[in-house]
Amino acid sequence: MSRELVRYLLTRFGQLLLIIFVAVSINFIIPRLLPGDPVQTALARLQATGGAQNVDIQAISAAYRAKYGLDAPLLEQYANYWLDLFRLDLGVSFANFPEKVSTMIGNALPWSVSLLAVATLIAFATGSLLGARLAWPTAGRGIKAFVPLMMILTSIPFYLLAIILIYFFAVVLKWFPPAGGVDTTRIMRLDWATTEDILRHAFLPCLAIILGNVGFWALGMRSQMVSVLGEDYITFAEAKGLHPRRIFVWYGMRNALLAQVTALALSLGSVVSGAVLVEVIFNYPGLGSLLYVAIRGQDYFVIQGVVLMLIVSLAVLLFLVDLIYPLLDPRIRR
Amino acid sequence: MSAIQDSKPILVVEDLNVHYDTGKGPAKAVNDVSFSLRPGERLGLIGESGSGKTTMATALMRLTRAPGRIAGGSVKLDGRDILKMSNKELRETRLRDIALIPQGAMSSLNPVMRLEEQMIDAIVAHKPGMRRAELDARVQELLKNVGLAPEVARRYPHELSGGMKQRAAMAIATSLAPKVIVADEPTSALDVVVQRQVMQTLGRLQDGLGAAVVLIGHDMGLIAQFADTVGVMYAGKLVEIGPVRQMIESPKHPYTRLLVDSLPGIEVKRELTGIPGLPPPLVDLPPGCSFNPRCPLAFERCVRETPLLQQVAPGQSAACHLYPEHAALPPLPPMTRAHQELRP
Repeated sequence: MSRELVRYLLTRFGQLLLIIFVAVSINFIIPRLLPGDPVQTALARLQATGGAQNVDIQAISAAYRAKYGLDAPLLEQYANYWLDLFRLDLGVSFANFPEKVSTMIGNALPWSVSLLAVATLIAFATGSLLGARLAWPTAGRGIKAFVPLMMILTSIPFYLLAIILIYFFAVVLKWFPPAGGVDTTRIMRLDWATTEDILRHAFLPCLAIILGNVGFWALGMRSQMVSVLGEDYITFAEAKGLHPRRIFVWYGMRNALLAQVTALALSLGSVVSGAVLVEVIFNYPGLGSLLYVAIRGQDYFVIQGVVLMLIVSLAVLLFLVDLIYPLLDPRIRR
Repeated sequence: MSAIQDSKPILVVEDLNVHYDTGKGPAKAVNDVSFSLRPGERLGLIGESGSGKTTMATALMRLTRAPGRIAGGSVKLDGRDILKMSNKELRETRLRDIALIPQGAMSSLNPVMRLEEQMIDAIVAHKPGMRRAELDARVQELLKNVGLAPEVARRYPHELSGGMKQRAAMAIATSLAPKVIVADEPTSALDVVVQRQVMQTLGRLQDGLGAAVVLIGHDMGLIAQFADTVGVMYAGKLVEIGPVRQMIESPKHPYTRLLVDSLPGIEVKRELTGIPGLPPPLVDLPPGCSFNPRCPLAFERCVRETPLLQQVAPGQSAACHLYPEHAALPPLPPMTRAHQELRP
């Protein structure tokens, strides 16, 4: 058992490293396949705004290329890229010049991770519970009314939902701030006032993600649960005289959740990209907003850094799901 | 046998009706079925696919699910009607007094729980105060009773063979020494060698517990070996019931006769006969006796009037209009042209 487990873990870890290697390489190659390069783009903008002379441009361009190592052969650049990565050096931002990309990502990351993790977990847990309850034969009319509501919520895109929420709760009712991660005048300290401020700002974006996702989880769980409840082991559990609550949780939900966890793993990518839009709308200081601003400003190194970050974190999350899955389903513990 | 006949019945089923609601009206899968069972008695219920056997087995434990519905009758276990119990009483009665050995033993165990957990949760549901050590000891005892090794307790269902799963289901079903065991085709997915072992185990368990058994199946040979009493079901109705020897040697209902004739004999080699035609659709039963379109002895009354179960010999009843006018079943005429055409 334990030897098999070790082999399983090693295989999965190897896959994780492979995914990261491929992702990093693609992230290196793609921008270099595009016509033009960051230096040209930056200089073109400089030219448009500052009106510099043509002669100067050539010299500046060469200087920049040397500075960023873009004049070296491709393989050498690739090797340097990896070396930089190991030193956590993702380059510098063009838009906010001397600022390091790694610092910018470091500042944005905690906001995104906490928002996404909390919202996704709440949506997954409540959605699954609600879906399971919907499939249970004693589901009343009250709870069944959730089905059309869920369908509407899943079909409305995140960003529209976010706009509606801002309008009602921030503009009309003024219960929550409309944007930002924390009050602009607040000095961040580890006290209750700061925490409350952060939570108040996080509430609406969190709600938007939850509302946008909960229907997906509920409807998926409902169909899983319906098929599980038709299984012979449910009938046999009833014949054993078990309490319905035990059958619901340990025979019904426990089995229906297997497919849900798979779906969670598969949908992590879209959860992350959906959250990017939510962050932009709420002007939330996370990775999503950082990416958005970087794309608008053609801030290549920042884009590259954030995308790399997203790919790596997705790979790590999938790895974690893979680790959890055999605990849930003994049949794949081989 | 005589001891069985003297004692008071433990299970009395009266006018049980189970319907499946369909767009064309109710399909009467169990239609006015009555029988009783004494402690220690082994009743075999036999019938073709779709004759209502499994529907009956689930109804006996009130496990009928939509679109099925128990439309009437009573199932009295030790005088208490299972069909009228509160949910709590029903839960307490299941497994403790009446237990099910399920048809699909392959899929009757929860795939994500170890066998011992599934055995223990059944026991704990009825005896909440038991200590872990006692439970473990009980699990080992139950596994031993069905011929499984102690280490099987720690396994998951996918690590067991079909025969082992069936034994495990039997261990669970007998864990509280029930008074009645309903075995719904317990050997349907097993090969003949394992079938025999499983049936022997079931017989041994039943002897040990003194429980009554309702064995449901379609294999006349298997049932004849196991049962004391045999009931024959056709299109949702019990058409004949009686002691196993009498049922085989002198069946009174033409359908039973045809079923017995369709068994291969070992000593006498003869051409096997099937029963021409197919059972009728349950939503659209023929008028009168449901068997009349396939019956070689059908006469005018059979189309007009539904026969009721009546005593035709000591301990033997049949639902057929040939009685009481005839003392025994007249010889079946060779198949007529019309019957030949009914051959599938």
